[in-house]
Amino acid sequence: MKLDGIEKKTSPFVWGIMIVLPFLFFFVSLFLGRYMIAPGDVAKILLDQIPGVNIKPTWETTAETVVLRVRFPRAVMAALVGAGLSMSGAAFQGMFQNPLVSPYVLGVSAGASFGAALGLLMSWPIWLVQIVAFVFGIIAVAITYSMAHLYKTTPILMLVLSGMVVSAFFQAMVSFIKFAADDEDKLPAITFWLMGSIGKVGLEDLAHSAIPMIIAMAVLYAIRWRLNVLSMGEREAESLGVNTERIKVIVIITTTLISSMTVSLCGIIGWVGQVIPHFCRMIVGPNHKALIPATIFVGATYIIIIDNLCRLVSITEIPIGILTSVVGAPVFAYLLRKTKGGWT
Amino acid sequence: MADDVIIKVENASFSYGKKPVWEDLNLEVRRGECLSLLGPNGCGKTTLLNCISGSNYLTSGSIKIMDKEVSEYEVGERAKKLGYVFQEHSAPFPYSSIEVVRMGRTPHLGFFESPDEKDTELAYSIMEELGIAHLAGESYTQISGGERQLVLIARTLCQQPDILLFDEPTSHLDFKNQALVLRNIRKLSERGMTIIMTSHFPNHVWHVGDRVAMMGYDGIIADGPVDEVMTEENLSETYGVPVRIFEGKSGEKRTKFCDPDLD
Repeated sequence: MKLDGIEKKTSPFVWGIMIVLPFLFFFVSLFLGRYMIAPGDVAKILLDQIPGVNIKPTWETTAETVVLRVRFPRAVMAALVGAGLSMSGAAFQGMFQNPLVSPYVLGVSAGASFGAALGLLMSWPIWLVQIVAFVFGIIAVAITYSMAHLYKTTPILMLVLSGMVVSAFFQAMVSFIKFAADDEDKLPAITFWLMGSIGKVGLEDLAHSAIPMIIAMAVLYAIRWRLNVLSMGEREAESLGVNTERIKVIVIITTTLISSMTVSLCGIIGWVGQVIPHFCRMIVGPNHKALIPATIFVGATYIIIIDNLCRLVSITEIPIGILTSVVGAPVFAYLLRKTKGGWT
Repeated sequence: MADDVIIKVENASFSYGKKPVWEDLNLEVRRGECLSLLGPNGCGKTTLLNCISGSNYLTSGSIKIMDKEVSEYEVGERAKKLGYVFQEHSAPFPYSSIEVVRMGRTPHLGFFESPDEKDTELAYSIMEELGIAHLAGESYTQISGGERQLVLIARTLCQQPDILLFDEPTSHLDFKNQALVLRNIRKLSERGMTIIMTSHFPNHVWHVGDRVAMMGYDGIIADGPVDEVMTEENLSETYGVPVRIFEGKSGEKRTKFCDPDLD
């Protein structure tokens, strides 16, 4: 058709690389580690899981346990967290028309941190800590949203400002809990939890968190084109027939679900939602139709790599929140300089 | 014919808080008419346009679009009837121009849908008609102000509305771009589109439009065919400064223009 080639499109080759990389690094993270497993054995262990396929074991049972019960859930969670936070970041930046906002801007992370800190202080079991963190993440966003809600609409500036207020409040509460916590035992537990780790995620955690996260991502994916229209500004979007309030609510609910799941299971993993979308815009351009899929693949790859670094570079595991910030902040600074504050 | 009336503003009042902008305003626009709204800064021209488009709400009174109260339209349904061409502005994201034009298809798409090839073809053919097809692949943030204004017009046409509203379509534009935009508005009007535009340039009224309404701080001062309403008295009253109208001839071309009297 004559209109082909009228717009600059990313080449299929680049897309191919973006799609292959997460699967490649996913596989790599299954055999790398202090307990090395031959890549061939990993492949066989995975194939063996497919119903109807029976492979004569050439591996030790420990290898199977490590691959299936430890490394597999961890790598899947890393991919989900990376994809989810990156997508949420891209959606928020489109909605707020601001490159600096992240999924945490409405107070999810502060709320969830408070919930977790409270749970750890009370010595609740870990599953309860996760639930409480999740619930407080949602509560924080609900407070932000209702504070910002005026006369049937929720102006975006009000959302950001309310988010700051709510975050500040919950952060103060976290500090208060830390101050009250016993510094032999509970204070370190809280501090480490807040720095983030994907290492504690097991198959059971994955089983109850993967499906809601994937559903939330699918919804964001389905409305990705409307994000283009919304990013022209609320008034224009409305004149184009978009029910802006409905889209805002959908974006807020899905991103809150993704990020509060993430924070409750893995602690605070910062900077992903800013760096990855910005980076992806440089590759595929600003159109959310391409940007959202790109953030899924690149975000998943990024967190899988970072999580591997966390467990491999030193004898004790490095909290992932430290690495994403140490890597993310300078990379973001570089991207900002390179794009001169623009978007691509 | 009464059923020709496509926009009907009745006893409309609007106020910001306690400060009324205009009160008891009445205005009717018939299908196919091209109405220019003139008036001094702050008289509420743009507010009136916003109320007609449904983005501002009247304090009292009624505005009907095709016999239905504008506030009762669902946003998508309203966007199929009314297209609003915003003042040229810089957008945050450097989308390609054709992507911006394609956004005009939104009211015709389902919630989870995005534009397909047919929509792209329509967007492109509208850009061709406006003479901006060469911009299709260009980034919307990197074209000139006049070109951006034409892209916004194309986007609004892509909505396939019955009525077009223009808010000062030529402000911030140089002569060439003013001419380009005005010529296209005239072309749309000649094709039978119903148009309301606000303007800060009384001279443009002679180029485009068959009807003009002049607004002062207390509502509409004069309303009627261009040649009857565009008088020195009306213009002087509207703007609160003596205005002279001149008639000129250059070759075969006759033209009228007005100018404030500074002395």
